[in-house]
Amino acid sequence: MEKRKLGWKELPDADSIEAGTSAEFKTGDWRSQRPVFHKENCIQCLTCWVVCPDAAIIVEDGKVTGYDYDHCKGCGICANECPVNKGKGKDDVSKRPIIMEDEKKFQK
Amino acid sequence: MADKKLTVAKTGNEAMAEAMRQINPDVVAAYPITPATEIAQIFAGFVADGLVDTEFVTVESEHSAMSATIGAAAAGGRCMTATSSQGLMLMAEMLPIASSLRLPIVMPEVNRTISAPINIHCDHSDTMFVRDSGWMQIYCEDAQEAYDSILMGIKIAEKIRLPMMVSTDGFIISHCMANIDLIPDEEVKKYIGKYDPKTWLLNPEKKITIGCLDLQDYYFEHKMVAIDAMRRAKGVIKECCEEFGTKFGRKYSFFDTYKIDDADVAILAMGSLTGTAKVAVDNMRKAGKKVGLIKMRVFRPFPADELAQVVSGLKALAIMDRSDAMSGLEGPLAVETKAALYNNDRKPKIHSYVYGLGGRDVQISELESIYNDIDDLARAKKQFDENVTYLGVRE
Repeated sequence: MEKRKLGWKELPDADSIEAGTSAEFKTGDWRSQRPVFHKENCIQCLTCWVVCPDAAIIVEDGKVTGYDYDHCKGCGICANECPVNKGKGKDDVSKRPIIMEDEKKFQK
Repeated sequence: MADKKLTVAKTGNEAMAEAMRQINPDVVAAYPITPATEIAQIFAGFVADGLVDTEFVTVESEHSAMSATIGAAAAGGRCMTATSSQGLMLMAEMLPIASSLRLPIVMPEVNRTISAPINIHCDHSDTMFVRDSGWMQIYCEDAQEAYDSILMGIKIAEKIRLPMMVSTDGFIISHCMANIDLIPDEEVKKYIGKYDPKTWLLNPEKKITIGCLDLQDYYFEHKMVAIDAMRRAKGVIKECCEEFGTKFGRKYSFFDTYKIDDADVAILAMGSLTGTAKVAVDNMRKAGKKVGLIKMRVFRPFPADELAQVVSGLKALAIMDRSDAMSGLEGPLAVETKAALYNNDRKPKIHSYVYGLGGRDVQISELESIYNDIDDLARAKKQFDENVTYLGVRE
C-alpha cells in the first residue's frame, strides 16, 4: 500500500533532508549480471574493494566477506581487476574468486 | 531612539560598503563589474585593514561569486556579495537556487543596463531581468536609503529566509556623494544580532543534504514552500520597517508617497528619478496643479493590494519604467501595476513611460510635461495613441 504523498504545508521549510539517504536508494536492481564470491580462491588482496565504484564489496576485519547486492550494479570491474582471475583463474574457472553470472538465475 | 548619529559625506557605493563593514559578514565572495566594483573593493580594504572578520574570497566570475556565497550561506554563514548588469545576469543561474534553498543572502546591487550594446550607465534592466528569481528587491532613491535598506535587509532576509538585492542607480547614486546619517557600530551590531540559521551544513550534530533531486511528484510542493515565503515576506518587511523606524527614526515601507493625499494625478516610479520628481511635484503645486508622487521601494514581493489602494483614487497615473520588458507591451512596473488594479472597481487612467535607458538623463521639465499630459488625460482633454511613450527617444 503506497504511502500518502505529503501536501506542501506539511513539508520542511527548506529543500533540506537528512544526510546519508543515498544508502537507502537500492541501485542493485539495475543489475543484469552479478559477481559471485568464491572465498576459497580469494587471496584477500582487496584489489576488488579498491576498484569497486559503488563501495559494494563488504570487508570485515580486513577480509573480503561478500557483496552488498543492494548497491552492486554488476559492472564487473571487480572480476576484471582480480589478480587471481587474471592469473591462475584465467584458463581455469574453478580457481576464480569472482565469477560474473547472469542476474536472471537469482531472480525468483 | 538612536542617541548618536554620525552625519558623513558618502557616495552610494561607500554607503553600501559601510553597511557591510558594520554587518561584518562571515563570507564575501566577489567579482568586480562597473559600477558595483567599488563596493567590494572598499570592503576588501576593510578586510585588509583588519576592520572586519570576513573571509573575503576573490573568485573568477560572478557565477562563482554567487556559487561561493550560496555554499558559504548553506554552511551556516552570514554572507554577501555585490554586482551589476552582466554580472547579475551571469549569476542568474544561481539566483533561484539561493532563493529556493531559503538562504538569506543580502546583495548590494548597482543598476546598470544590460548589453547589447555595452553601456555602463543606469537603467533597471538588470534587476528587472531577474525579477522572477525569487529574490526580494528594493530600489533605493538615494545613498541614505541604500545604507538603511541593507541593514534592514539582513533582518528581513534572515526572518523570512529569502535572499534580497538592494539596488541603487548606477553612477547617479553609486558614485555621487551625499550626506548620510550613519548608525553607530554597536547599535548596528545589536540591531542585526547574531545569525541563527535554522539548518546548516557544517553541523555534525544534525547532518543534512540540500538541493536534492526532486521529481514530478514532489517538486511542485517544495516550490510552493518558496512561493509561500515570498507572499509572507510582505508582512515581515512591514514589521521590520516599523521596527527600524521606531529604533532609528527613519520610516520606510513598500513605497513612499509625496503630496499624494489630495492629488488628482501622480507619477509612479522607482530609483533616483523619484528625487527629481519631488522637485517637479513642488513646481507643479506652485503652479496650482494637484499632483503627487508614489516612490516604489519594494518591487519584490510586489505590494499589489497596497499599491492598488493608494492609486485607485487618482484620476490619472503615469507609470515610469527605467527598462522595457521587451514583450511588445510596456515596462515591467506598468504591467504589474495594471495587474494589481485589474480587479479594482476604481482605476485611474494610466499612461506609461519607458525612460532613461542606458543612463539617459531626465530633466525636471520633462517630468513637468508628463504631469501636464496626465492632467489633461484626467480631464479627458488628451488621448494617447499608444499605452506607452518612450521618453525623449529621437525617431
